[in-house]
This record gives sequence, structure tokens and C-alpha cells, in this order.
Amino acid sequence: MLLTVQDIHKTYHTADGPFDVLRGIDLTLASGETLALTGESGSGKSTLLHLIGGLDTPDSGKILHEGRDMAALDDAGRAALRRGTVGVVFQQFNLIPSLRVSDNIAFQARLAGRHDPDWDAALAARMGLTPHLAKYPEQLSGGQQQRVAIARTLATKPRVVLADEPTGNLDEATASTVLDLMLELVAETGAGLLMVTHSEGLAARVSRRLHLRAGRVA
Amino acid sequence: MNVKALFLALCLPMPALAQGFAGLGTEAEGFSVPQPEPQFNFPTDHGAHNDYRIEWWYLTANLEAADGTPYGLQWTLFRSALAPGAGDGWTAPQLWMGHAAVTTPDNHYVAERLARGGIGQAGVTADPFEAWIDDWALTGDWNTLHMTASAADFAYDMALTAQGPLIFHGEGGYSVKSAAGQASYYYSQPFFAIEGTLQLPEGDVAVTGNAWLDREWSSQPLAENQTGWDWFSLSFDDGNKMMGFRLQQTDGQNFTSATWMTPDGQTTPYTDGALVATPLATNDSDVPVRWRVELPAQGVDVTVAAINENAWMATSVPYWEGPVTVTGSHEGIGYLEMTGYE
Amino acid sequence: MTTTTLHALLSHWWRNPLQLFTLLAGLALATALWSGVQAVNAEARASYDAAAATLGEGQYDRLVRRDGQPMTQETYVALRRAGWLVSPVVQGRLDGVRIIGVEPLTAPGGVGPVSLQEGTDLTSFLTGEGQLFANYEVAEQLAGLNIVVTPDVAPNTAVTDIGVAQRLLSKPDQIDSLIVLRGQPIGRPPLDAIAPKLTLQPAQGGSDIARLTDSFHLNLTAFGLLSFAVGIFIVNGAIGLAFEQRRPVVRTLRALGLPLRRLILLLGAELMLFALIAGVIGVALGYVIAALLLPDVAATLRGLYGADVSGTLQLRPSWWLSGMAIALGGTALAAGGALYQMSQMPLLAAAQPRALAMAAGRRAVLQGIAAAILLMLSGVLMFTATGMIGGFLLLGALLIGAALALPIILDRLLALASRLARSVTAQWFWADTRQQLPGLSLALMALLLAMAANVGVSTMVSSFRLTFTDFLDQRLASELYVRTESDAQTAALITFATPRTDIILPIQSADTEVAGQPTEVYGARDHATYRDNWVFLQQTRDPWGSTFSGQTVLINEQLSRRANLMVGDEITLQDTAFAIAGVYGDYGNPIGQAVIGEEVFATLYPDIAPQNFGLRMDPEAVPDFVDALEAATGIAATQTVNQAGIKAISLAIFERTFTVTTALNILTLAVAGFAILMSLLTLASMRVPQLAPAWAMGMTRQQLGRLELVRAIMLALLTAVVALPLGLALAWALLAVVNVAAFGWKLPMYLFPLDYARMGVFALLAAGLAALWPARRLARTPPADLLKVFSNER
Repeated sequence: MLLTVQDIHKTYHTADGPFDVLRGIDLTLASGETLALTGESGSGKSTLLHLIGGLDTPDSGKILHEGRDMAALDDAGRAALRRGTVGVVFQQFNLIPSLRVSDNIAFQARLAGRHDPDWDAALAARMGLTPHLAKYPEQLSGGQQQRVAIARTLATKPRVVLADEPTGNLDEATASTVLDLMLELVAETGAGLLMVTHSEGLAARVSRRLHLRAGRVA
Repeated sequence: MNVKALFLALCLPMPALAQGFAGLGTEAEGFSVPQPEPQFNFPTDHGAHNDYRIEWWYLTANLEAADGTPYGLQWTLFRSALAPGAGDGWTAPQLWMGHAAVTTPDNHYVAERLARGGIGQAGVTADPFEAWIDDWALTGDWNTLHMTASAADFAYDMALTAQGPLIFHGEGGYSVKSAAGQASYYYSQPFFAIEGTLQLPEGDVAVTGNAWLDREWSSQPLAENQTGWDWFSLSFDDGNKMMGFRLQQTDGQNFTSATWMTPDGQTTPYTDGALVATPLATNDSDVPVRWRVELPAQGVDVTVAAINENAWMATSVPYWEGPVTVTGSHEGIGYLEMTGYE
Repeated sequence: MTTTTLHALLSHWWRNPLQLFTLLAGLALATALWSGVQAVNAEARASYDAAAATLGEGQYDRLVRRDGQPMTQETYVALRRAGWLVSPVVQGRLDGVRIIGVEPLTAPGGVGPVSLQEGTDLTSFLTGEGQLFANYEVAEQLAGLNIVVTPDVAPNTAVTDIGVAQRLLSKPDQIDSLIVLRGQPIGRPPLDAIAPKLTLQPAQGGSDIARLTDSFHLNLTAFGLLSFAVGIFIVNGAIGLAFEQRRPVVRTLRALGLPLRRLILLLGAELMLFALIAGVIGVALGYVIAALLLPDVAATLRGLYGADVSGTLQLRPSWWLSGMAIALGGTALAAGGALYQMSQMPLLAAAQPRALAMAAGRRAVLQGIAAAILLMLSGVLMFTATGMIGGFLLLGALLIGAALALPIILDRLLALASRLARSVTAQWFWADTRQQLPGLSLALMALLLAMAANVGVSTMVSSFRLTFTDFLDQRLASELYVRTESDAQTAALITFATPRTDIILPIQSADTEVAGQPTEVYGARDHATYRDNWVFLQQTRDPWGSTFSGQTVLINEQLSRRANLMVGDEITLQDTAFAIAGVYGDYGNPIGQAVIGEEVFATLYPDIAPQNFGLRMDPEAVPDFVDALEAATGIAATQTVNQAGIKAISLAIFERTFTVTTALNILTLAVAGFAILMSLLTLASMRVPQLAPAWAMGMTRQQLGRLELVRAIMLALLTAVVALPLGLALAWALLAVVNVAAFGWKLPMYLFPLDYARMGVFALLAAGLAALWPARRLARTPPADLLKVFSNER
């Protein structure tokens, strides 16, 4: 199993008192499988994604990446996981504004030490980014920027792709194209995809869907 | 005034100067250089040799008061030449430095005087013999000498009487200082009986004892890699005396030399390696104040220990100089001088 | 991984050169401020040392011939050989320059106003053609001689070896006077037995200004530290902004899997690299600023004397070290906090803008509490601090407390203004200013410290200068001082001088004890010299009137403090009681002094006949008078001291103090102004969304730009209002607490409102200049950018 999540709890402490975001989540993701996480705002989708991506740590429960327990990882270990095993596509594109598109695409792969220029070029071509490689992110449209972010993630050939509303800032047509590309590429690399979305249309196009409500799987 | 520091930088060729012995290794341009097989001519050679760069009249004495308290005494006049020749007036190239000290078991009193040659404030004449700087003086005919020095906190007035002949170190007074052949002219009168009065803050003290007067001059006495020295003058209870020195080198090696003197003045010189001196303990300032001194050829294996560990000469260029006791194969007293420890 | 990350980190700066510039310039300016102040300090010290040395020649007893003629060299050698520790001096004039010949091996430290530098050729100095030490003006005058240029020698003076001086002055084998060293040997024979023709001139106690200059040095050091504090503030601001600007990037990097530890290391290394570069620029800049500001140094730069002169103002290793230390240390200090914060922050929170955190209010409350505690502490210390540590603690508490309190004070003032505002625009202006305050507060704190430093420095330096000149006027009031050797000479002097001078003031004193303190009692002749020149710390209505008429006594501050005597108390001299009518400042005198009228002095001390006289006359007439006096009475020139000349020299040197003040003012204000510019530029991007609604509701962009400018000047004005009392408190703490702890007397504090007003205008100017460009940029914001605020794209 690529990913196993067992009985995850997470509570935030806010000014209005403690707020239980996740109250016992279980899920699994197999190689090649694509899974959509849906739910209302505040249902805990993004938090769950962050926990799986090692951006945050759960209060209790287990997250296993290919059988390895994340609880055993320190900060450096979680960083290594983010570099090599999982790839996160954020809602905001999170590009490095001072780097050219080509450098942004190569960046994470370079960090992970598995940079493959040919694969980069192929990704860029598939994403339609080839004419824009020398540009800076601010010179691109929103859809183009999101494609750069997806290319950056896929450039590292991660085992698990985590996507947080990857098309949330895009118009419907663009969103559809981008998702097609992502599904295609995930299938090719044999990775698993876990995508947070509030769009029923998008959720319908993946192999499985999970609906969260008030911190539980509905 | 910083001129003093400059003066001292220039006076580095003087003995007992703890730092910058490189000055002693530099070429003796225009100065005469000591040659082997010297022919001394007295009393002329008791006087100044202005064509050599450096020279000293160096007296140390082990004294004892009526109550048995040991004292040490030093009277030294250094000459350092900026250029060969005596000269006259303010432009004379001879500079003079006097050091005087009295060491008690608990205190160490030091004074220093500096003077220019050429105006009469300091100098040395051979006949009649007189060595002086300001009111400090050493006068007489070397059978008897009169010696005075004064400072703000101490003074002394001493009479000396020779009890034996002059001693010539090395090869008849030609004392080799390094493997490369650097050398000086070096003779001593170690057989002075001395008596007089020390004026100290704690009161006047009448003392008697033995004094040892060294004469040495050269222009380039040390090799470039020599950084300081440890010098021993030991008087054993059996009447024999020993002079020994150990020159410290930057390569960690030492160059040693020694002279053995019988009570009637017979001498045996020893070249490099015969004498072994090993530090045993240091004072708070890391200056070795206990030594093991061995001269196997004479059966000597003694411990030399400072009477007052803090006999530091806080002069413009500082060094350690003080009386010592000798125990072991031979018993006795003596003086120890150490440079290069600052 | 490291290369990739460094590339990403550094690429930020290439894409944002303005941010890089502000960071480097901020660091460089802070360093420049520090090293510039150090340079100016060093220069000021050198000037004071030269002045002190000129006067300091009087601090040793001297031997001279009774008849005023030069003595022979044999006399000197005879004295030395008898055990007298004396050092020969020969003096004279060559082409109008005063030549002083000293004997360096026997001279005591501090005599002959010169410290020879390394590289001096001693052989040449002592035995060759001779070297003379002088400042560059004299070197120009005496071209042809072998001059070593040094700023340490008093103006119009050259110091050289005695042998050289004898030759230049054609005085072979002659010596004018012998300095008597301290610590003479025991058993030294009396003077009469060796050199009966000589007489001992006691040291001139009144002209020992060493303590005064020591005090000045201490105060300069304190202000050097203050400039350091200002510098640290700027560095802190610059680094804080650098972190602020890159928070989103930092989050992205971490999200992409860069380990925190490595990120922190790389950020630290990057900042240290910048600090290194900025430090080098800063030290060089400080040097240039100092060089441009100091006239002597500027002259050096013109290369008048080539390598010889480099000793005047050179980039000494200590400057490099301390300059680099403030750049690196300041950066480390500032970055350390930010990096620590980053290491403690959850990954996902790292992008939160600081403005939000500040608005959270908790920090503001903490800051307010800290400020209140520190200010209360300084309030308590003001009344209780006695020692040096207490004094510096007071300074520290006052400064930091005031700086921390500033944003809160400003916030309250702005809230008040906003409530009082009538028009909508005004209301919006005040509210908007309040909103901006957190972003500007660091820069404003720096401005506060800079202005306080300026007020403090000006007050201290000017107070010191006034005190010093008053002191000189008081102590060296007479143009010429004459010492007589016999009653016959005294009579001859009075006969000769009475018709040729304004008045003859006998100087007569007796040693006694007052309230257990060793004290010199002086008898003063009734004359305006005293009334006009003496400054009292405490006095009755007419202290001189009652003293001249024999009823009262005047005492110095030392006696007053040590014996706890005040005006109105009585002291007893020769069984006669006198009420104290005044306490006067007496800087540099270690023992007590009392002054009574001439007649009553003669009654109490009938055995003492005056042998010293002060003569009041036209200063120009002094040299001719001295020649005529010698011809008519045989009183030699060496028995006279032309104090007018010495005073003029030392006052001329003193004028350079003002350069110090100017230099400090310009430096600190420039740096503070830059801090404001930096903050405004950084805030500019945040400003657009804040200004867009105001624009949309009908304010023109020009109006908005103007308001930005007004805002900066208004904030600077408010800061200035806080800075003035802070600066005065600072000066007071130094003069009245630290100085008393260090030297036992208080330097009187004077106020200079005009100076403060001028500095205030400068500060407003600096703030206005700093705001000019950001305001212009704002006024030219394309409407499209403003519109974007309302569109969904943002």
C-alpha cells in the first residue's frame, strides 16, 4: 500500500477555544489510484493533506508511507519525505518568484537530487510551458502558473501526489485541461493521487472519492 | 614617551633582552667580530670596546645578613652601539642602560637607568677603571672594587675584594654560542668577596657574601634561530664553581656550554651537549624556577631552585634574574638568569 | 541541495535589487556611523592630547638658573651623576616656530608633546641629521628640515632631540631647564651642593588639565556607544525587513522539502556574507566621512606629505575590527532573533506577515510593560545612581526604555489627534497613520536615538567647552606671569611694571589644613580680574566684595565636597573664622583651595612674601614687555610665562571640538533618515490596498502623495518632541552622574536652545527627504494598480 492513514486526530487551539479539525480519519491509497477528498469549508480536507504531506504533525493516529511510520521522522526526516516521496501542489501556486519557470520546475528535483533535464523538458512540453521557460512566474497567467507548480511536483517523480484545490483559481476549461494532464502523468509514473477539491465535476473524474464532514469520513 | 620603546627595540642586541633575539643574528655591519685565540690586554680590556655592537659589565652577588637571611644583588651596565666608534657629544652612537636589583626571599627591588654616551652621563674607562651611569658606579683596580646604586625604594654601597684569578670561558675567552659559530669574548672574575649595606624599605641591612663579575662583548653573538637563554653561575660549598648556559632555539633544540672552575682558578671548558639543563617547575608566569642541571663529566647532578620565584626584572625589556640554592650531588648557591620567557 | 537553495535564496535579491540595496546600505551605514564616530573620536582625542601636552609641560618641577641664563651641559651631567633624575630641555624659536629639544632617554612620559610613531629612525633621531616632529603647517614652514608630520604636536611647535635643537638654535652645550622627574632616588644630595646657581620652579598646579580631558574622553566614549546603539537599531531594522520580505519563499522552500536546519544555516551564511560586504563598505565610508569632515585629515588626503602623514587618519586595524564587529555582530544579533523565531514556527505559519502579529497586541503590551519598567528604573536611578555602573545603567535604561515607549506614545498621540479631528480627511489621515505606525516604529526609534544623541552630544561638548574656557579664563587670566628670585627683584618688578601694565596681581599662598583637608590658602588683590572671570557653583550675592574686605573666604569644589562645606558654613584659618561666600569649580586640582583678601592674608601669614605675579596688559605687548623687563631689571625671560600665548594655542585646538559635533549630527541623522526611507519603501507595496479605497472615494493621487510626505514630517516632529528631553536627560546623566563617579566633580550643564532648534529642523528635513521619493512613487501609482485592489485577481 502506498499510503495508509489510521485514526488521525488533530485539534487547533484558537482564540475561541479548542477546535477539533480531524476526529479519527482512516484511508488508504494504492499505487496508480486517484482519490478525491471533498467536503465543506472547515471539514478538515486541507489539514489532512498537510498531515499526510509532512507539513504538520497529527495529535494522534498513524500515517504510513509505503509502510514507514511518519511518527518516527524528525523535522529533517519529514523534509526528506517532502523532497522525495510526496509531492504537494498547493492551492496558491507557491512558486519562487525570483526564479525562472525552468528553474522553478527543476527546483524540487534538484533538492531531492534526482534532476532529469529530459524529463523536465518532456513535462514542460506536455504542459505547454516550453515557450515560457525563460519567463518569471509573475509574467504568466494563473493557469500557466498552476501548470508550472504541477510540473515542479511531477518532475521529482513522487510516489504520492497531494493536490490542494489544484485548479481552484482556474476557470473551468483550464481546470479541466490541467486535471487531465495531471491524471495522465500520475498514471504514467505509477504514483498515487490524493486531491482535495470542492468541485463535484472534478471529483467525478477520479477513481475514488471520500467525503469529509466535521472531521470524519462521511 | 615612546622613544623609550624605540630605544629598546634598538637595544635588542643587548643580553637579557627577552624578545626579538633576531637582532642578535643580524649582520654586524661595520662592527668588529670576535676572532678565536684572543689576546687580552689588561687593564685596557676592562674598558669599553666601542667597535663592537654590544658589551656588558654584569655583576651578581649572593649575600647573607647577620641573621642568616639570604639576599641577591645585581649591578649591570649594558653598552649598545648604533654605529662603531666612541663619538662625542649628543651624536655619539653609544647608548647605555643600567639595571640594579636587590632580591630578598619576599621582595624584589628593581631600577633602571638609560643614558646617551658622549656627554659623560654614562661610560666605562679602563685606567683607572670606572664604569658608571648617573650616580651608579663600579670603580677600582679589579683587586678591590667599590660599587653603588640607588633608586626610589632601595640603594646599596658595597666593597669587593678579589680572592682568585680571572676566568676565561670557552677557548681562552672565545665563547662559542651556536653551531654556526657565533661567538663572543667572555671572561669573569667569580672570586669576589663582597660586603656592604643594603638600604631597603624594611631598613638597612649589613651583608657579606660572594660576587661574580662577568665581562662579555660581541657584535653578533647569537644565531638567527636562537630566541633566549638560561644562564647559571653556581658556587659549590667545596670551592669549585661552574658557569653554564643553554641557548634556546626555534627548532626546539638547545645549544649548551659550560666552564668548570677549581678554587685555584684552573678551568675546564665544555662544548655543546656536555651540560644538560632541564626545567622542573615554573612560577605563576610560566618561568622555570626549578631546574635539574647535569654535567656528568664532573659528576654534577643538582637541583637549582630560586630563593624568590618572583625575581622578575620589570625593566623596559623584562627578564628573570635572581639568586638560587643548589642541592643534590653538590651543595651551594648561585645565580640564574632567564631570557625569552616574556 | 545547497547550491540549488543558495541559488533560490540569492535570486531573490537579483530580482529585487532595491531590497538588496536597502539591506546592504542599512548595514553599511550603521557600520559607517560607528567607524566614523570612532575616527572623529580619535581625532578629537588627539587634539585634546595636544592641547593638554602644551599645557602639561608645567606639570613637573623644573630646575632653572636663578639669573635666567641657560646652564651648561656639565651642570646637567653633574646633577645626574649625583643622583638627581632630571631631563634637559632646550627651547628657542626658528623662523617663528617654537623648537623644543628634549632628551628622549631621560624625559618623563608626557613631556614634549609628541609620541613617536613606529618606523621612526632612532639612529637618525638621536645621532644623524635629526628628525623634528610637528604638525603639517609647521612642516610646511620649516621645509628643508627632516620633519615627521604628526597631529600630536601643538601648533607652531616642533619637538626634536636636544642635540639637534642645540645645533638648530645655535646653543651648543646649553640647556634652558631641567625637568625634575618623580620618584627621585633615596640619598640624593641637596641641590645647593651640586648646582648652587640653579633654583627649583615648582610645578604649575593650575594648568593640569589632564582630568578635564579624561572626562571628555569618557563622554566621547559613551557617545560612541550610543552611536553603536543607533547602528544596531538600523541593522535590526534592515535584517527584520529582509526576513519579512522572504517569509513566503521560506515557506515554499520548506514545503518543497528543504530541511529547516539547512535553511537556517544558509540564511545565516547569506546574511553574514552581506554583513561582510556591507561592513567593508561601511568602514571605508566611515573613513571617508570622517576624512571629509576633519580639516586636518582632509589636508592629509590631499597627499601633502605622502606616506609620512598616513599616521593622522589611517584605517587602523582596530577600526576594521570594531567596524566589522558591529556589522557582523549586529547582523548576528538581529538575525539570531529572526532565525530563532523561524526555527520555532510551524511550517504553515511561516508566511504570516509580521504586521498581523503586531496587531495581535500582545507584543505591544509586553513592549509597553518593558518600557514602563525601564523608565521607572531610570527615574529611580536618576536620584540614587552614584557609581560608574549606576550611571551607565541609568543611560541604558533611559535609552532603551524611551525607544520602546516611543511607538506607544506616538500611538496615543495619534489616537488623540484622530478623536479631535473635524474633517473626514483628517480623521482618515490620523487613523491611517496609526495603522502605519508598527511598520515605521523601528525607523522612528532609530530617529529618536539619533536625535537624542545629537542633543546629548551638543549639550555635553558645548558645556564642556564653556567650562574649559571659563576655567582657562579664571586660572590663566593674567597675560603674563613673572616669578622673582629676591625681594630686590620683586621691588624692581613692581617699579618697572606698575606704569606699564593695567595691574600687578601678586600670587601668594600658604599651605594649611582646613577641616582636616590639606589646603592652599591664597591671598587675592582686589581687582576685576577675579570678579569677571571666576565662576561659582554656589555663592552669596557679592562673594568677592566681602572676601576682598576680609570677612569671607571662597573655597573650591574639592574642599567643599570632601569636607562637606557649603556657602554660609565657617572655616578657621590661623584661629580666625571666615564664612564661606562662594564655592568655585576647580578642575584638575587634587587638593583643597581657599581664597581670602590680600590684606587679611598679610595679617594671617606675615612671613609670606609673594614671589609670583600676574600682570594684566595688552596681550600683543607681552613679548616686548618681557624683553624690556629683562634689560631693565635682569628678570630673565625664563622667569616669565606668557600665558596669553598658551591659552590662545589651546583654545585654537579646542575649536576642533565643533567639528566633532557637526560630524556626529550629520552622521546620525543621515542614518536615521535612511532608516525612514527604507521603511517607507518596504511599506509601499502594502500601502496600495490601504490607499485604494481613499482614492476610490475621491482623493487624488497627488493628495495622497502629499499626505504621505506630511505624515513622515509629522511623525519626525513628534519624535523630536520626545527626543529633546531624552537627549537632555542623557547629557545630564553623563555630566552629573558618570562624571562625578569617574572624577569626583560635576561638569556644569548649559542649555543651547538654538542648537536644538537647528537640529530639529535638520531632523525634519531628513525625514522629509526620506519620504520624498516614496511619496512621489505613490502619487504616480498607475490607476490600474489601484483598481486591481478591487478586482478578484488579487
